[in-house]
Amino acid sequence: MTFQDIFQIALFFLLLIGLTPVLGNYMYKVFSGEKHIMLSVLGWLEKLTYKFTGVDSEEESNWKSYTFGLLMFNFIGFVFVFLIQLIQSHLPLNPANLPNVSWHSAFNTSVSFMTNTNWQGYAGETTLSYFVQMIGLTVQNFVSAATGIAVLLALIRGISRKTTDKLGNFWTDLTRSTLYVLIPLSILLAIVLVGQGVVQNFKTYDTVHTLQGAQQIIPMGPAASQIAIKQLGTNGGGFFNSNSAHPFENPTPFTNFLEMLAILLIPASLTYTYGKMVGSTRHGWTIFTVMMILFCAGLSISLYAEYSANPVFGHLHLMEGKETRFGIANSVLWSTSTTAASNGSVNAMHDSLSPISGMIAIINLMVGEVIFGGVGAGLYGMVIFIILTVFIAGLMVGRTPEYLGKKIQAFEVQMAIIAVLAPNFVILLFSAWASVSNAGLAGLNNAGPHGLTEILYAFSSAAGNNGSAFAGLNANTLFYNLSLGIGMLVGRFGVILPVMAIAGSMAGKKITPLSAGTFRTDNSLFIILLIGVILIVGGLTHFPALSLGPIIEHLLMNNGITF
Amino acid sequence: MFFTILTGIIYPLLITGIAQVIFPAKANGSLIVINSRIIGSELIGQQFDSNIYFSSRPSAITYNPLPSGGSNYGLTNAKLKNLVIERKKQFIAFNKLDNLTDIPSEMLFASASGLDPHISPKAALLQVERIVKTRNFNDIQKQKLIQCIKDLKETPQFLCFGEERVNVLLLNLRLDEIK
Repeated sequence: MTFQDIFQIALFFLLLIGLTPVLGNYMYKVFSGEKHIMLSVLGWLEKLTYKFTGVDSEEESNWKSYTFGLLMFNFIGFVFVFLIQLIQSHLPLNPANLPNVSWHSAFNTSVSFMTNTNWQGYAGETTLSYFVQMIGLTVQNFVSAATGIAVLLALIRGISRKTTDKLGNFWTDLTRSTLYVLIPLSILLAIVLVGQGVVQNFKTYDTVHTLQGAQQIIPMGPAASQIAIKQLGTNGGGFFNSNSAHPFENPTPFTNFLEMLAILLIPASLTYTYGKMVGSTRHGWTIFTVMMILFCAGLSISLYAEYSANPVFGHLHLMEGKETRFGIANSVLWSTSTTAASNGSVNAMHDSLSPISGMIAIINLMVGEVIFGGVGAGLYGMVIFIILTVFIAGLMVGRTPEYLGKKIQAFEVQMAIIAVLAPNFVILLFSAWASVSNAGLAGLNNAGPHGLTEILYAFSSAAGNNGSAFAGLNANTLFYNLSLGIGMLVGRFGVILPVMAIAGSMAGKKITPLSAGTFRTDNSLFIILLIGVILIVGGLTHFPALSLGPIIEHLLMNNGITF
Repeated sequence: MFFTILTGIIYPLLITGIAQVIFPAKANGSLIVINSRIIGSELIGQQFDSNIYFSSRPSAITYNPLPSGGSNYGLTNAKLKNLVIERKKQFIAFNKLDNLTDIPSEMLFASASGLDPHISPKAALLQVERIVKTRNFNDIQKQKLIQCIKDLKETPQFLCFGEERVNVLLLNLRLDEIK
């Protein structure tokens, strides 16, 4: 690594730490209904939204009707995106005359974008029209991220309020996070991206005559507007097939830096918002620290693996699946960021990463996407782990566990366990099924242990609602489209439902005042315990599978063995 | 419905409007037009295998952008190993280099997008002798050529972001201008 590589990484961390309280404080104001700067600019639009939709923004609901509103909204979004793909050839804005999408691919894609996964079984430039990309996918990019924030807000209210059943208004939360957080940031980012060379037009694909006299058809489209939100909303679904490795999606090292920062920006800032809303910014920073430690540990191992000599090739720098303008350091920083946050966009092909780097990416997915994680989703996933930690610590000292003054009882722990097990169940069961069925094995691009890793990665990505892939796996088949689609649904709603139930149950409880006997959740002992629980519960579950995939591949590679 | 109109129509149209006014060339793909023919996009790499041009990186999709993508070979894939051995042999033979030459990694491995427009300055310099020979350049022309590589060398952006690189298409366009 050069000094310049280290400088870029350091700058990345400094900006992330510096921006967390700034954006976190702003979001605190937005979500708690205080005055903030965007109110004078976009306040009229919020009022117009309520008028148009007939929502009473003051009316609050209990956890069941909040969840019902959320599910209905998501379901309608799913049906809409599903249908427009089936009839896209009859719809406008289809200059490349792309045909209708197969039903199972359309099912997969619409589930994928509704659940904030943005797994892509298809190739954007040869499958979807501008109409579908814009009116279907860009919209879901926004609202799936806003849905994540809404669930988090309901959970926060459940924790911070007492003896009530009111958790807020889903429509208000959805509108405010879209209008005041996601749209302004996306507009800013999109404009900078175009200034660097990201395309934004509605032209037909250009045919060019190359210097050597060949023909090349260059795909176009309204890319910048979608790329901005896919990075900020931890969506990750690329406009083009090779995602942010495509020169039109990520043309310069500067766009690369901004897009990387955009991945972690909102999830990181939400820890500050969370701390402030539950009445302890110190606790918010504690969560941030836990995420940062896990992130840095993964990044260091991944960088070490990529810069290590490889006996198969004898080369120090392996550029397979990497772009010249980004080099190794930026590709690894991206692969760690995009899998830690459940973003899933890529600027290098994860399939061609060294086995240990690939394993770090997969572990980030397997621990449940809580190392920053998805917008909203990462933090509510982390709260699940916090509840487990508090519970385990309570068992050790023999006291009733409490979290921020709320008693943690059997119901909360049961729900937390369901939320942890649901995604893991998908990963292990479906991977096992795919590795023994012909339909599953047919999609493989690599033999040996790497093939198993491709399958394992796909289901971890689906269950964690990440969406990145070991893209060699040909997943646009009936088997994978359906199994991954179901995996994404379980990974999303199998966590949201228990979280909402916890929020509802917590809201009804009294708040016990702090005392000398209270187990503190804002000191270094807690940090260590929480990291321990995440690694043991989230990580060790998958150790046997990982040892058959990337670990054994690493050992074989070091002996120069290929398949 | 309201969100669909706002985020699916108004937002992309707003960005398109702003983009087309402030950065029209970039928003439309940074196309290079010579004598009213589109030669290519500055950002999208092209296949160069002729001996009178600087070669571009290997590409898993031979620079056909429909759709873009990499090889997705894992590092223990025997196909990748054989490809790299083959590419190394070929690069050495094609440029008549010494067998022990240290060849930059990007010339042996395919890129992520398959459309990588860049190579390292070092990879360009290794190809100078071959081009001088095939184009019958004299010493002055050769110096001009080396100067072109220096001129087109992109250093890390804002002094810190990214790697040193040369855009192959732009370099080959300049090469054609050397008289």
